Amino acid sequence: MISNLLKLNKVSNTLNFSLRNFATKTGNDQVKVNFNRPFKTYLLEKGPENNAVTNKKELIDYFTEMSRMRRIEIVADGLYKKKYIRGFCHLYNGQEAVCAGMEYATTKDDHVITAYRDHTFMMARGATPKEILAELLMKEAGCSKGKGGSMHMFTKNFYGGNGIVGAQVPVGAGIALTQKYNKTGNVCMAYYGDGAANQGQIFEAYNMASLWKLPIIFICENNHYGMGTSTKRAAASQDFYTRGHFVPGLWVDGMNIFSVREAGKFAADFCRKGNGPIVLEMDTYRYVGHSMSDPGTTYRTREEVNEVRASQDPIEYVRHLILTNKLATEDELQSIEDKIREEMDEAADFAINAPLPPNRDLFTKVYVNEVPVRGVEKSLSFKP
Amino acid sequence: MLKNLVLSKSIKLTLNVRYFHSSTKLKSGGASPISYPSLEIENAGELQKMNLFQSINNAMDIALKSDPKACVFGEDVGFGGVFRATVDLRDKYGAHRVFNTPLCEQGIAGFAIGMAAQGATPIAEIQFADYIFPAFDQIVNEAAKYRYRSGGQFNCGSLTFRTPYGAVGHGGHYHSQSPESYFGHTPGLKVVVPSTPIEAKGLLLASIRDQNPVIFFEPKLMYRSAVEEVPIGDYEIPLGKARVVKEGSDITIVGWGSQMRVLLQAVHMAEEKLGISCELIDLRTIQPWDVETVCNSVKKTGRLLISHEAPKTGGWAAEISSTVQERCFLSLEAPIQRVCGYDTPFPLIFEKFYVPDHLKNFEAIKKTIQY
Ligand SMILES: Cc1ncc(C[n+]2csc(CCOP(=O)(O)OP(=O)(O)O)c2C)c(N)n1
Ligand SMILES: [Mg+2]
Repeated sequence: MISNLLKLNKVSNTLNFSLRNFATKTGNDQVKVNFNRPFKTYLLEKGPENNAVTNKKELIDYFTEMSRMRRIEIVADGLYKKKYIRGFCHLYNGQEAVCAGMEYATTKDDHVITAYRDHTFMMARGATPKEILAELLMKEAGCSKGKGGSMHMFTKNFYGGNGIVGAQVPVGAGIALTQKYNKTGNVCMAYYGDGAANQGQIFEAYNMASLWKLPIIFICENNHYGMGTSTKRAAASQDFYTRGHFVPGLWVDGMNIFSVREAGKFAADFCRKGNGPIVLEMDTYRYVGHSMSDPGTTYRTREEVNEVRASQDPIEYVRHLILTNKLATEDELQSIEDKIREEMDEAADFAINAPLPPNRDLFTKVYVNEVPVRGVEKSLSFKP
Repeated sequence: MLKNLVLSKSIKLTLNVRYFHSSTKLKSGGASPISYPSLEIENAGELQKMNLFQSINNAMDIALKSDPKACVFGEDVGFGGVFRATVDLRDKYGAHRVFNTPLCEQGIAGFAIGMAAQGATPIAEIQFADYIFPAFDQIVNEAAKYRYRSGGQFNCGSLTFRTPYGAVGHGGHYHSQSPESYFGHTPGLKVVVPSTPIEAKGLLLASIRDQNPVIFFEPKLMYRSAVEEVPIGDYEIPLGKARVVKEGSDITIVGWGSQMRVLLQAVHMAEEKLGISCELIDLRTIQPWDVETVCNSVKKTGRLLISHEAPKTGGWAAEISSTVQERCFLSLEAPIQRVCGYDTPFPLIFEKFYVPDHLKNFEAIKKTIQY
């Protein structure tokens, strides 16, 4: 558990992943992974098994997807520091297994809504790095036409990208109701942070979802801090998976993509069977500051960050599984990373060279039909 | 019609002596930084150079020291808050008086109301004015009406909400808004917006001590850039009184908060290019606003321009404009001008285009003068 790790604060930096997660090769490129940070259940008779079976293809896919997520954030960080990106920008480094694992547990017909840490969710939902980076640079080619920026990205079955902490959760319940009403068999995944977990709206959503048995997975990404406030300073109970009171929950090792995937499958299945909502607490960690203006080291120690990085990094874990099971060579993984680097650099070039939206876009999409917008004076007022 | 137009009047400053300078570029860019006249505080005593967040910090320091019932709380305020306005206060006064809250604006507001009803002096911070909306119900339905609906038995008058507002150049939709008129529209609340470090301190102390719930909007653009020699002692600036920043005879220009420096820039431009004399008024208190000072000025100048960042429709300029035409109809030489944000959400990429900068204000002054 990260929380235990933080308390100990003395874990060696040279990690042996096999100590942490026991994996065995079962022949034919199949690998069995055992979870040594087991699930904890709340109001559930039985949770998922504490192991999973995977194979070469999956491992390479997971490595690739999570590396792309890490890379796009590194590129965003660089663009921000070069002042191409203005405004607020929140990065996901460290939390990749949550977003990626849930995507592998569900389908693209299921629905997703999250807060402002949304770049990687876009990619997971099929958006291209070009449209994501272009949006970050507020360009017309961006997924929100340059009008949303970092915090407000949207694509098919992905409802953003929401800047107001907690606001997305009841919206997710509404999306879930529609699934039930239309009998689509799809679920909605509503993500929120450990800080957001203290907003009243979340409890309103739990109640409605439970009352009406809505197919919604409440996913609390517990990265242990809401801006500079650690969970123990903000939350009367830090067992976020139990905070739905009458909503069943699961505690999940959010640094292990297999734990996330198994929990995700379990939860989606639970919802699809008409059991109503479920809460997944993903124990995870953000390596970077809250946003670009936060160095991320005033309220936690550098050692704490380095320790989590060294012992639990979700990408390094998958790399370790691939290499120890001899499913690919270091060179092969390196060439995947090189390709990703190329892909992201190309997307960054595209974004940098893309045109800004025209000024008239300031006035559009306020209402369904364009209405005259009152400006400074009548003569200067704009009529689309 | 160019009636009563006096050419090349010399600029008379009501208050002379000190000026503060902006160390960063004005948001409208272009022209070199201009000096904004400092308010003179009588018997000010010792002075110290402070920027806006330091003067606000200093006001809270005095409030905590002089009132043992005063408490400061909000998201991350124990660490100084995102803008450093509460820095060191916890060390000085203890974690029982200066503390972090969970992330829950509605709860923060209700909690503050309860404390105030018990006679404490809560000074609650909402991290950005854009996040005051989850607390809107508590503020508008509970705080504002407590005294009225209990027939005077209960109130939460000792309550103050501080919150940073306004454009910063790149804040986008949820770090830029100016929600003052939502609250100005609510009887029972007072709404205050300071525009300089000296005024922020005096107005904040007056707000904290005022026996009505006050929402205090801090122009975050100026937290660091506005620097003045601020008296270190205890002083208050009365609420409900506007400040005539600069006297003039041809047009009255009204604004508040960070818009004041934009307006001063427009005034300089107009006086230089049009040879007119402008009277510049800082409203300081949005509710209850100083009708008398504004109307007296308009009766003298015959023209009025009001400017704010919030969208034009239903903005506080509309309220001022309507009251002035009721009271000064026969004195008006030209239609009242409102130079405001457009009726759109606060934009991210289009901020420069959106904000009512000095050029838009200059154009409007010209139009009024040439009417
Ligand atoms: C209603 C509201 N209040 C405050 C904020 C400012 N804010 C943005 S993110 C954040 C912390 C949220 O922490 P958490 O929910 O744990 O998510 P994380 O950033 O860790 O992903 C705060 C206080 C906001 N955006 N909206
Ligand atoms: Mg968090």
